[in-house]
Amino acid sequence: MVRALDQVSVVIRKNEFFTLLGPSGCGKTTLLRLIAGFEQPSEGDILLDGSPIGHLPPYQRPVNTVFQSYALFPHMTVAQNIGFGLEMLGKPKAEVEETVAAMLKLVRMEELSDRRTDQISGGQQQRVALARALAPRPKVLLLDEPLSALDYKLRKDMQIELKRLQHETGITFIFVTHDQEEALTMSDRVAVMSRGKILQVGSPRQIYDHPAERFIADFIGDTNFLAAEVVSAEGRRAVLRLSSGREVAADLPEGMTVNGKVTAAIRPEHASLSAEGGDLQGTVENIVYFGTDTHYHLRLADGVAFVVRHQNLRDSAEAFRAEQPVGIVLKTDAVQVLRD
Amino acid sequence: MTALSQTPSSERAAGNEAPGALAEAARRAEVRKNLLLTTPALIVLFCAASGPLLIMLVYSFLKAGNYGGVEWSISSDGWANVLLHRDIFDDTLSIADAHLTIFWRSVKLSIMTTLVALILGFPTAYFIATRPAESRNLWLFLITVPFWTNLLIRTFAIMEVIRNQGLINTALMAMGMIEEPLQILFTDVAIMLGMTYVYLPLMVLPIYASMEKFDFRLVEAGYDLYATRYRVLRRIILPLVKPGIVAGSILVFIPSLGAYVTPRILGGGKNMMLGNLISLQFGQGRNWPLGAALSLTLLAVVMAALLVYVRSIGKSESGRD
Repeated sequence: MVRALDQVSVVIRKNEFFTLLGPSGCGKTTLLRLIAGFEQPSEGDILLDGSPIGHLPPYQRPVNTVFQSYALFPHMTVAQNIGFGLEMLGKPKAEVEETVAAMLKLVRMEELSDRRTDQISGGQQQRVALARALAPRPKVLLLDEPLSALDYKLRKDMQIELKRLQHETGITFIFVTHDQEEALTMSDRVAVMSRGKILQVGSPRQIYDHPAERFIADFIGDTNFLAAEVVSAEGRRAVLRLSSGREVAADLPEGMTVNGKVTAAIRPEHASLSAEGGDLQGTVENIVYFGTDTHYHLRLADGVAFVVRHQNLRDSAEAFRAEQPVGIVLKTDAVQVLRD
Repeated sequence: MTALSQTPSSERAAGNEAPGALAEAARRAEVRKNLLLTTPALIVLFCAASGPLLIMLVYSFLKAGNYGGVEWSISSDGWANVLLHRDIFDDTLSIADAHLTIFWRSVKLSIMTTLVALILGFPTAYFIATRPAESRNLWLFLITVPFWTNLLIRTFAIMEVIRNQGLINTALMAMGMIEEPLQILFTDVAIMLGMTYVYLPLMVLPIYASMEKFDFRLVEAGYDLYATRYRVLRRIILPLVKPGIVAGSILVFIPSLGAYVTPRILGGGKNMMLGNLISLQFGQGRNWPLGAALSLTLLAVVMAALLVYVRSIGKSESGRD
């Protein structure tokens, strides 16, 4: 038997913006479809407010979905689309109209209420899909990569818009994405998934600064990986000896006991270059200017590649040149030990 | 619509800054060329459709020849005989009950055939459209297999199934559900069953064509928004595959109304439909003008039915919006 999801157990809090992040095929969409009710779990259950919903049909769950394709009804107007859920719930006509008007206002689509859904732009369709899913006031709103079809500028706007909607409605949002930036900017908490398993759950900051596994450190942001030797370890802290011989303090993932060789991760912006030596020694190979910051591609003494990111300030200190031997200074708490 | 579609071409002509007369001449040459290109189609259309209709129209206003054919003198008897009956002994006129019965039976059986074909055809089309893409062609192929066999043979096959010692009756009697065989053959029900069987693919194929384009993710969206199975069908699937249902219904209704072979064989000759009545006038009846008038009446009934149907569809759609 193929397991799309394996031992997934996660508690999602009320009014939380919770993101399932992972590469395509990691099972995040399957998990979303299980919560929505389009798939039935072969084992285990799903609890909503303490009551099991894992085996209810989708139309009996107080959960609504914003589909990746939007799935708007093409034979109905914008207003009819938004009112559909309420109508199916048997709400009186006056209430449906009132809520539809409120929803149109919430997503700023009042003027287009009588348009057909093929007469509005992609961004507007997105808003209608949101309004339609929010109108019945579900306990949980599921969003299946809803921003992937939008262009960059619109996506940025919608990210802020989604945060605003979540804040104003107080509904729990479960958001699925493969875009790490989306996950970091919008979420209260993120679950990183891979191959049907949840690898780590935490705030964007925890996930970024203290990735528990090599996969997460690699998937989210840029990371330097270094081989290191454990000198001592106690609780969540350890002292590592780097290839340069320097000893540095490092964080350990929860529940990991270490000895011997480990892999350490250092974010490029958690290190800086210095002409007067540092924790590591290297040579500048390449300098890439990005406007907001500059990336220095280095080669360490033992041949390992290493990237350091300097923010470009008006009063930035001296620039470094290619071929220049430099020292790399690791900032406090920069080193994180990874599970392989 | 026409005005709209012409705007771009006139704009283009103006944009070329060609002298007005020259542009006009070029446009006319274009029209002449198009006319020339459509000539073969127009000839076929005239020979195959308009021509025969015209002949029928002329014949319907002529006098019936004694041994078939027509005599070239104008008479309204052909049309009068559609609804009226002249007694051969005392020449009194009365309403032609037999004709009305046949008209009514034709319309009734055609509507029922269309309904039954829709009830059977819709789930079939739905089933095929929801199969994996690779196996859909196989199912479609199976739907079209009956077309490979002659209509006459298929009709006799139906006869074999429903006759008194046929498959259905034998099976029902063997199970002890009936004492005596059911008389299905040579009834209206037999005609309807036969026509449904023969025309079912004409219902399935257009519905399938609509259904194939249908985005089944909308069904999930419906379930997600608290619609039960029935309501998803009623509010989402049906409105979106309606063009297919309309096309299928028309494709079944029209040939049913003019059916000849099926009522002839399964109706046993006494339960005539319009097609049989018309054929009778050109054969033993030796009344070609009446046959021609009946044919045109059939055409009118079909047109009227189509008009009513299309109107009602359009109304329900605009009513929803």
